[in-house]
Parts: sequence; C-alpha cells; structure tokens
Amino acid sequence: MRYSGFAVLKEALTGHRGWGPAWRDASPQNAYDFVIIGGGGHGLATAYYLAKEFRQSRIAVLEKGWIGGGNVGRNTTIIRSNYLLDGNQPFYEFSLKLWEGLEQELNYNAMVSQRGILNLIHTDAQRDAFIRRGNAMILNGADAELLSTEQIKQRYPFLNTENARFPIKGGLAQHRGGTVRHDAVAWGYARAADQQGVDIIQNCEVTGFRIENGTCIGVETSRGFIGAKKVAACVAGSSSRLMAKAEMRLPIESHVLQAFVSEGLKPLLPGVITFGAGHFYCSQSDKGGLVFGGDLDGYNSYAQRGNLPVVEDVCEGGMAIFPNLGRARLLRMWGGIMDMSMDGSPIIDRTHINGLYFNGGWCYGGFKATPASGFAYAHLLATDTPHPTATAYGFDRFATGHMIDEKGQGNQPNLH
Amino acid sequence: MIIDHPLLGPRDAAEFVYKGDASLIHRPDWQADDAAAAFHEYGYLRDNPAGLHRELWFHEQGDRSWLVVTRDTTTHEITKVELARDVARTEGRSK
Ligand SMILES: Cc1cc2nc3c(=O)[nH]c(=O)nc-3n(C[C@H](O)[C@H](O)[C@H](O)COP(=O)(O)OP(=O)(O)OC[C@H]3O[C@@H](n4cnc5c(N)ncnc54)[C@H](O)[C@@H]3O)c2cc1C
Repeated sequence: MRYSGFAVLKEALTGHRGWGPAWRDASPQNAYDFVIIGGGGHGLATAYYLAKEFRQSRIAVLEKGWIGGGNVGRNTTIIRSNYLLDGNQPFYEFSLKLWEGLEQELNYNAMVSQRGILNLIHTDAQRDAFIRRGNAMILNGADAELLSTEQIKQRYPFLNTENARFPIKGGLAQHRGGTVRHDAVAWGYARAADQQGVDIIQNCEVTGFRIENGTCIGVETSRGFIGAKKVAACVAGSSSRLMAKAEMRLPIESHVLQAFVSEGLKPLLPGVITFGAGHFYCSQSDKGGLVFGGDLDGYNSYAQRGNLPVVEDVCEGGMAIFPNLGRARLLRMWGGIMDMSMDGSPIIDRTHINGLYFNGGWCYGGFKATPASGFAYAHLLATDTPHPTATAYGFDRFATGHMIDEKGQGNQPNLH
Repeated sequence: MIIDHPLLGPRDAAEFVYKGDASLIHRPDWQADDAAAAFHEYGYLRDNPAGLHRELWFHEQGDRSWLVVTRDTTTHEITKVELARDVARTEGRSK
C-alpha cells in the first residue's frame, strides 16, 4: 500500500486494521541473478537501485540477523557532504542530493532533517584549512558558509567560545547537512526494494563462497546453497571475516566506535556541531536526547562494546565546549564495529574473482553515504564499470599510491 | 584493559599507544625483486581476525618500550605480553 496523509486518516478512523507488513518475509530460491550479502543500509539501497534504476531481475538480499540490526541502526545519523578531496566530494554531494529526494522516492518518512552542520574553528591554521574545504565544496556544487564567532554565539549562546585551549574562532557551516532517522532508512529501502520484487531474506548467514575456476557461482548459507551470477558483499564491520572465506586479505582493520545519548531535554541544539580539535560531535534527536560521540577506542575489536577511557575522553571533549552538557544525565551508550580502511576512504570495486564484488571500508562515515553507495554499487554490478562519482574507490589505489586520505593520517586506520 | 608489562608489571592500557598488527615487525627487503608487492602487503593488507590477535603496543607514557600483546578481539582478554625486541629476535631478526 502507498503511504499518504489520506491513508493515515483512513486508518485512524477505521482502527488501524489495514496496515500490512512493509515487506514480504521471503524464503530463498535456488538461484538469483544478484545476491547481495548484508541487509544493512548499503545492501538494501543497492538492491533497490539495482531493481529500480538498472532494471535487473531476480535479486536477493541475505541478512544473517534482521535487517537494520547492524550499523545502520547504531550510528549517530549525521549526513553531510563537507569533504575536501576530488575522489570524495562529488560522491558525498551526490549522496546528499539523493537524501534530499529520498522520502518522495521511497514513499517513506525517513525524517530527513536538514538542520545544518557546523564544524568549529579554533586556530588560524584551521580557519585556512576550512576555507579551502568550503571552496572545494562550492566548486563541486555543494553549499558552505564561513561563520564568525558572533554568528555562532547568536545561534548557540551556550557554547564556551572562551575555552583557554580551544577558543571558538568561527566555523564552517553546511546548511544542507543534518540528520536522518537511521532505522527508517533501512525500513524504507527494504519496503521499496520489496515492491520492486527483491527477496529480502533474514536469518540467513553467508558461511562461504562457491568458487570454481576463478568464478564465484554462489554462496553457502545457513539455509543452504544459493546460486548467483553475481555476488555482492556489503557487510560493513564484518568485511574481513566474510572475505577471508574467499581467501582475500583486505586493507581494513575492524574497530569499535561508541555513541552516547542523554536523557530527553527541551529543544536546545538546533543543528549538528562538531569539535574536531577535541573530537566530539553532537546533535539533538527529535525525542530530545543529545546524541554524541567522539574517537574510536583505537585497537582492533569485534566486541561491539566500548571501554571506559574513551567514555571519559568523549565526555571531557563535550564539556570543554558545551559546559551545560554536564547537567544532563547519560541515558545509554553503545558501540558498533566498523571497517577502518587504510586511508579512511571506502572501497566499491570488483574483486580478482569473477562475479564477486566488494563494498566496504566505510569507517565511521558510511551512513551519510548510504544512498550513493547503493546507487554506485548497483551501477557497478549492472554495468561492470564504476559510477562516475565512485571511480576512485578501487582496491588498486593502495598499490598505485592513489590513496584518498582526507585526514592525512597515512595507513593508520585507527587514526582516521 | 590492563596490560601486564614484562618489566613493569600490570599497567593501564591508556598509558600505551596502539600500533597495529604485530606482523609489522617483519619489514620486507626493499632490494628484493618483489619489493613493491611485498610493501603493498606489508603496509596495507591485514588478516584482521575475530579472535586471537598479536599486536604492537608502544608504552608512550611509560618506559617507551614496544610490546607484542596477544589479545582476543572478541572479548578484549589479553593472554600474553612480550617485549617486541625479544619476539623479533626469536623470530630470526638480529637487531
Ligand atoms: C557509533 C557509530 C556512529 C556512527 N555515526 C555515523 C554518522 O553520524 N554519520 C555517518 O555517515 N556514519 C556514521 N557511522 C558509520 C555508519 O553507521 C556505517 O558506515 C554504515 O552504517 C555501514 O553500512 P551499513 O548500514 O550497510 O552497515 P550494517 O547496517 O552494519 O549492515 C551490514 C549487515 O551485514 C550483515 N552481515 C554481516 N555478515 C554477514 C554474513 N556473513 N551473512 C549475512 N549477513 C551478514 C550484518 O548483520 C549487518 O546487518 C557510525 C557508526 C557507528 C558504529
């Protein structure tokens, strides 16, 4: 059924008996044209665009748990396209444009909220770097505005602009950035993909690949063998574990990132603020909780929980610029496992095995990429050529020296 | 996390800096014919296991020694801590 104001009204008057499930609970067929491994945001978006834009038939998404149970449901929901480098900026701007039309496209309320994002400036050198970044953004068709300390004080009077170590000297704003209801992204894409005929198969773990003479012909799963002409891995923080089953070693380490949410408060923080120098970022959810995070725990981890030193570090960073945060109680905190790639940028590419494709290495910035990642991956799967905005995301960049190192941290994934 | 330093005894992991996979001890020979491929692998590719992992920790806020720590990446349990120098020597390096 199509969601609309009229449908809501009709259901309200008839006891809400007409709502059906948003997608079918499909059982696996013997074979598909495309099998996508991972029912996160990226996997579901890939399936949707593959079916819709590239008109490919017989597509399945295999998810080991339930869809939306991975990082798509664990992140701090920030979307933006304030990147600097050529390999990245057009891609993230493409993604932001897809976000802007997402709800109409999917007929689903994902609560896309362009409340704006503000990166704070604390030194003259940082101002120069942000002016350069803002210019790169504008050259790529994105929006950027440099704000003075006075303008920031008007909008965020509670920020500590006089901090002795990191006084706030201005900020780079992207007014089109913001937040999106993360679970709704998974649900919206799942429903729209299902309507295009995609089979979404939950509780189906891929346990191996069937590879014959250098060609992948399907996957072994907890629900039996499933044949496929093309197999597309898209499992976020599990990439190394999955691809090891095809005997591949990746330029990736897995690390945990924690996030935090306070008790619900009255509206206080209209947009997203980031304090890069101390590494703290924060927004206020529609329910009123302050949602914030900071650095990685910093060592390889699959534990899906964080450790206390980082909790202390993030809260200290928050208190330094946002002192009234100390009056709010912390409601909960959690951790997610992410692929940290060696240059901090993602990979969307074919592998050396025919018919096996890879999408991963999103580090802690992959949520904002969800629509473009899905679109670009679908493009690659359908046409065997990279999407124009994703040509730089190949495996070979590490061998050829064409890294896309936004942060300039080299091959130290825990620093990106 | 507590790291049981072989010389200094148990120390809080916050005193250390994480430096990655312990395989980084074995720098490839830059004059070998396959040096470019070997350095690509050395610099960028990782096993990244879920389970036991041997890794380098640098005691930056302590005695500045490098340690090889064997840790389970699914539980954070540390089962072995060695001086990186000793590991390199037993694995055939002279210095
Ligand atoms: C705490 C935190 C905060 C973050 N904040 C932001 C942010 O503010 N903005 C931003 O842009 N990004 C953010 N990110 C990063 C972002 O969440 C991820 O990069 C992105 O969600 C990953 O893509 P995904 O949604 O497809 O992953 P997931 O939702 O994790 O999807 C992968 C799926 O694959 C499944 N899977 C794994 N192995 C198998 C298998 N063998 N067989 C079948 N299925 C399998 C998993 O169960 C999972 O559902 C954050 C991440 C974390 C952890």
